[in-house]
Amino acid sequence: MKPFTYERARDPNEALRLVGTDGGAKYLGGGTNLVDLMRERIEAPERLVDVTRLSTEIEGKPDGGLVIGAAATNTALAAHRAIREQYPMLARAVLAGASAQIRNMATVGGNVLQRTRCIYFYDEASRCNKREPGAGCDALDGFNRMHAILGASSACIATHPSDMCVALVALDAVVHTLGVEGERSIPLVDLHRLPAGRPDIETELKPGELITKIELPPPLTKRSTYRKVRDRASYAFALVSVAAEVDVTNGKVRDARLALGGVATKPWRAWKAEEALRGQAATEPSFRAAAEAELVEAAGLRHNEFKIELAKRTLVAVLCELAGVAT
Amino acid sequence: MDIIINGRTIEFSVDPRTSLLDLLRDHLGLTGSKKGCNQGACGACTVLVDGERINSCLALAVQYQGRKITTVEGLARNGDLHSLQRAFIEHDGFQCGYCTPGQLCSAVAMVDEWERGLPSVVTQELAAQGIALDRDEIRERMSGNLCRCGAYNGIVEAITATFENLP
Repeated sequence: MKPFTYERARDPNEALRLVGTDGGAKYLGGGTNLVDLMRERIEAPERLVDVTRLSTEIEGKPDGGLVIGAAATNTALAAHRAIREQYPMLARAVLAGASAQIRNMATVGGNVLQRTRCIYFYDEASRCNKREPGAGCDALDGFNRMHAILGASSACIATHPSDMCVALVALDAVVHTLGVEGERSIPLVDLHRLPAGRPDIETELKPGELITKIELPPPLTKRSTYRKVRDRASYAFALVSVAAEVDVTNGKVRDARLALGGVATKPWRAWKAEEALRGQAATEPSFRAAAEAELVEAAGLRHNEFKIELAKRTLVAVLCELAGVAT
Repeated sequence: MDIIINGRTIEFSVDPRTSLLDLLRDHLGLTGSKKGCNQGACGACTVLVDGERINSCLALAVQYQGRKITTVEGLARNGDLHSLQRAFIEHDGFQCGYCTPGQLCSAVAMVDEWERGLPSVVTQELAAQGIALDRDEIRERMSGNLCRCGAYNGIVEAITATFENLP
């Protein structure tokens, strides 16, 4: 690990001042990803600014929504009564991620900004456009079982590893930030960029910009869930995951909010499937049609082709579960 | 900088690169906490911070100034093993023993989380009061601690026996 200095920020403005905009500093949350990346020499900040003492509050809003401080831990999020009752999809997604030890350390802001777990990104001996722009991508012809089938480019097929973000994009979460130009808010679905030719530029955040809180509008319905399919029963990254919230009235889908994880280069809002579902009968054939619509542009590689059908089947299974349709 | 380890306040001064695990093992001689993967994948380094379990290998020591750390050395009281330590012996909750300090610290905090009503991903009703701590719940909640000897059955039995005897 390269040497660095450590400072703890007492408030967001102090954090912003300490980090500056020269690119030499990083915000430190729970460290569960950053410390590991620093040890692997993929990240080498000169200064760390600890933001874990900034807002950890999770507060209800008058409209029924919720505001989550960026320094709230993943455990605090999943333990929160209103989240368990009103946003079960979110509580379940958080609990499906990592281990209890890591959830106790990891912050919500850090979870949003965690980097891919692509093995070629971690391996200094491999070519990676994310680590070294222009170097090439060894995942394309390599062991790409864990890689993306949606949103990928010829430069990068790395998936975004978060479970929490999949639920948050389905829930229309908005990220609030503080930067040198002041405060602003960005829908989470627009925060992460598709890789295209520059997979090293991962978000729309500007140098030094700090995530301060995440805001959730009220849920459509309490009938929501998160299902994660993985290679072992627990403590593994997703092959495919589905976050879904469905409002079924008189046997018809009035509205739905859906997102996919483990299959895309960013937390993937399933807009096409939602569009295909609205107004349709809540039956397995409509769910299958919606899944087909979402995956129409999916592209598999040698080892991850199976994810296309797996994503469709998982989406259909989750919709059947929420709509009470027997399978 | 101050840190409270197993009830004792300790002053320390380290390079910011030092992990909490290396502070414990290399600077303070508390070698109970183990370095398995050193990347948060195995749980052998699990310690408690203010009663909550974390991976000390991913923790920078400077970030934990003023916090109360409990390591496996701090579980026994006045020479008497913690009831969970006795149960691990009785139910063969280990073979080589390398993962055991992490398993023990993790299980102590896990039971505490369960008593506070925290659900897990296998909990059917997330908002339910009073979740049954059955085998599936224990296995899910302990999934951050790997055992390469495969002593999982004994570990689950030891935890079950201990929490069933809780007052």
